[in-house]
Amino acid sequence: MELRSNVPSGPIEQSWDKHKFELKLINPANKRKYNIIVVGSGLAGGAAAASLGELGYNVQCFCYQDSPRRAHSIAAQGGINAAKNYHNDGDSVFRLFYDTVKGGDFRAREGNVYRLAQVSVNIIDQCVAQGVPFAREYGGLLDNRSFGGAQVSRTFYARGQTGQQLLLGAYQALERQIGHGTVKMYPRMDMLDLIVVDGQARGIVTRSLYDGKIEVHVGDAVVLATGGYGNVFYLSTNAKGCNATAIWRAYRRGALFANPCFTQIHPTCIPVAGEYQSKLTLMSESLRNDGRIWVPKKPGDKRPPASIPENERDYYLERRYPSFGNLVPRDIASRAAKAECDAGHGVGESGLGVYLDFTDAIQRLGKHKIAERYGNLFEMYERITGEDPYKVPMRIYPASHYTMGGLWVDYNLMSTIPGLFVLGEANFSDHGANRLGASALMQGLADGYFIIPYTIGNYLATAKPAKVAADAPAAKEAVANAAAITKKLLNGNGKRTVDSFHRELGKIVWDYCGMARNEAGLKKALSLIPPLREEFWKNVRVLGANEEFNQSLEKAGRVADFFELAELMCLDALDRKESCGGHFREEYQTPEGEALRDDTNYSYVAAWGYQGQGRAPALTKESLTFNYVKPSQRSYK
Amino acid sequence: MKLTLHVWRQKNAQDRGGMVRYEVPNVNEHMSFLEMLDVLNEGLIEKGDDPIAFDHDCREGICGMCGFMINGKAHGGFKGTTVCQLHMRHFKDGDVIYLEPWRAKAFPVIKDLAVNRASFDRIIAAGGFISVPTGSAPDGNAIPVRKQDADLAMDAAACIGCGACVAACPNAAAALFVGAKISHLGHLPQGQVERDRRALAMVQQMNLAGFANCTNIGECEAACPKEIKLEVIARTNHDYIKAAFTERPESTAAGAG
Repeated sequence: MELRSNVPSGPIEQSWDKHKFELKLINPANKRKYNIIVVGSGLAGGAAAASLGELGYNVQCFCYQDSPRRAHSIAAQGGINAAKNYHNDGDSVFRLFYDTVKGGDFRAREGNVYRLAQVSVNIIDQCVAQGVPFAREYGGLLDNRSFGGAQVSRTFYARGQTGQQLLLGAYQALERQIGHGTVKMYPRMDMLDLIVVDGQARGIVTRSLYDGKIEVHVGDAVVLATGGYGNVFYLSTNAKGCNATAIWRAYRRGALFANPCFTQIHPTCIPVAGEYQSKLTLMSESLRNDGRIWVPKKPGDKRPPASIPENERDYYLERRYPSFGNLVPRDIASRAAKAECDAGHGVGESGLGVYLDFTDAIQRLGKHKIAERYGNLFEMYERITGEDPYKVPMRIYPASHYTMGGLWVDYNLMSTIPGLFVLGEANFSDHGANRLGASALMQGLADGYFIIPYTIGNYLATAKPAKVAADAPAAKEAVANAAAITKKLLNGNGKRTVDSFHRELGKIVWDYCGMARNEAGLKKALSLIPPLREEFWKNVRVLGANEEFNQSLEKAGRVADFFELAELMCLDALDRKESCGGHFREEYQTPEGEALRDDTNYSYVAAWGYQGQGRAPALTKESLTFNYVKPSQRSYK
Repeated sequence: MKLTLHVWRQKNAQDRGGMVRYEVPNVNEHMSFLEMLDVLNEGLIEKGDDPIAFDHDCREGICGMCGFMINGKAHGGFKGTTVCQLHMRHFKDGDVIYLEPWRAKAFPVIKDLAVNRASFDRIIAAGGFISVPTGSAPDGNAIPVRKQDADLAMDAAACIGCGACVAACPNAAAALFVGAKISHLGHLPQGQVERDRRALAMVQQMNLAGFANCTNIGECEAACPKEIKLEVIARTNHDYIKAAFTERPESTAAGAG
């Protein structure tokens, strides 16, 4: 299979405008004849469903939560990037593009990233008009702050709840369309399979979480905006329900999965407290604007932080990276924290933690200013740990947070299955091997508001999909497949709970395919996962029936897919014999311990294709060319 | 520590339901309340008993999915805290804890502690938005917003739609939820054009959904995990009364306004 990115030729500054003009249109009266299925209601899915509804398409939108307002985009704290240059500090579309390509360690497609930087400015306008209460200066204009990997202030924010406010903006636009009847919303629904007819994506199979009813929904195109797969690690900052089932089952129907090993471990999360722990909580990267990260110089120093004098502290990020200091990108900050803890400098009971200290900032700006900027984060920290970060430095440790990998898409955000579009974190397209802070919200909204409304019309106008009946053979087969999986999960007379399997799988992936990877470890993981998966199918205990509200059954189906995805992640990580961004292979590092890329052999997107149960997936490469940002050793020194 | 729980168990919306007693040994003070229930559920599954159903998702207090009554108080009654953020250090050995779902006509029980809050979505669909089709927005800095107004809008916009206000209200009114949205949008210049229509439409839908009237008791404010202020209800009343007197039927002439 040849992968065609379909990035328009010509100067990159003009590609998107030129492409938009060349895309075929559908006249307003005809749009309502098309049914579009949108799975997911977060920033990407919610924005897409609302915008497509506004255009006049007939949209059906699905989410697993009880309301589209609860999609996990809501938990994003720090902000959203946009190249507005409101602060006159040298920002531009090109600089945001440059920072993002560099931040992604030169493993993203230039054309897509440039477009993302271009539409970033429209996103802010759109959100302000919707009533998103962004932070303001006293003059009434929008305020900004800085995030990792950038030397300009381009991050717009709404206290520590930016994701919530942006999502509520998209949700309100979506509810408005639901009120108008252009979008029909299906909450508490899991997508269990993709229906492919004559090579085109034509619908989905869903299971109602209320009563287990399995249904077919057919349409002219399917949009997946179902988020990432960070929960493969069990412990992550993702919501408990976040899952990979929709993209995984699309992969099994033929969509290629790109760069599965590119996962982001976020440096500033509250450390794990015990075995019972169910999830990890992020402390926004924005805290690194004012917080200083340090560890005791002496390994195993158990003194309370206040009694460790200044000259016995190692502000290791400021020491190693003087120009970016505490604001180095996430992959670098995470690895540095791990290195300090591995060397015995870690703090807290477990020794897996570093300090994030606000003492200097409080002295400089006053407690009031710090409270205004981060008050809700400080409160959250105190609620969870019982410690007051105004008095005692926070303890933080890296945790699984975001996945750069996802289904492969071209410039039109279409996967390798015609008619199947993939948006937001669910696709692989814009962040390369490492995502910069405040760029996930930007990408989700760019895809949903400003890209899919154009590209989907062109697909419908060109492909002219014929009508498909809900009882078409492909639909019946997909229903039978979904029902069989559910039945298999319920029929087991096993002994172990779903969570116990998920926890064990997560530990394998975290230990061998987490912040640092090596050949021996990845091979070990690949030898441990298949037997555990077999045991899962034999020994999992799922009580109750399909025809009821059954939360164990929901979880079991999702964990079953994580088993397969975990294996693909390790396979991809093993195959990529270089270090780049979040993918750090210990064999490939510079003498200073930085990631060592191999552009000669690995400057490509690794797209994996499903070949059937028990068969090795097939690798297809999309080679990457860089005409505008010359690949270099990433330096934040 | 060792706890005794009395949990409302109800198989489905039709079932009558009732309290069931559980003993939970070995509760760690660092656990969140939901993690304590996870541990209880793991044990139930191993014994072959149906685990307790409860809604939850982000477990960091922002998605609004979780929530039930703990000893008669929504989310347990701790200041600014959802149940997923409530930690067991607030309880002590030997405590007896009663768990019940939100009780309101407009929130029918799905199973055990999980309820259906779709009525909230219908209220937003009726008018809780600013009509701005994608692509039609002016520059973000074209209309300055007073910092104080932006902050007040943000205070109200912090609502997570969990339903604690309804559950805490003796009337099961949704006035705090509705007021939060009306205040959020009403504090911003962008929200002025539709302000009257919004108040009329949202209040009408609130009544249709089966929420009762507000009698200014204030339990909602005390229960709100996002500390939304009672004054948002005054704004609803202000906007609604003004709109009720001044709103005129829409012109049927084509192209008018």
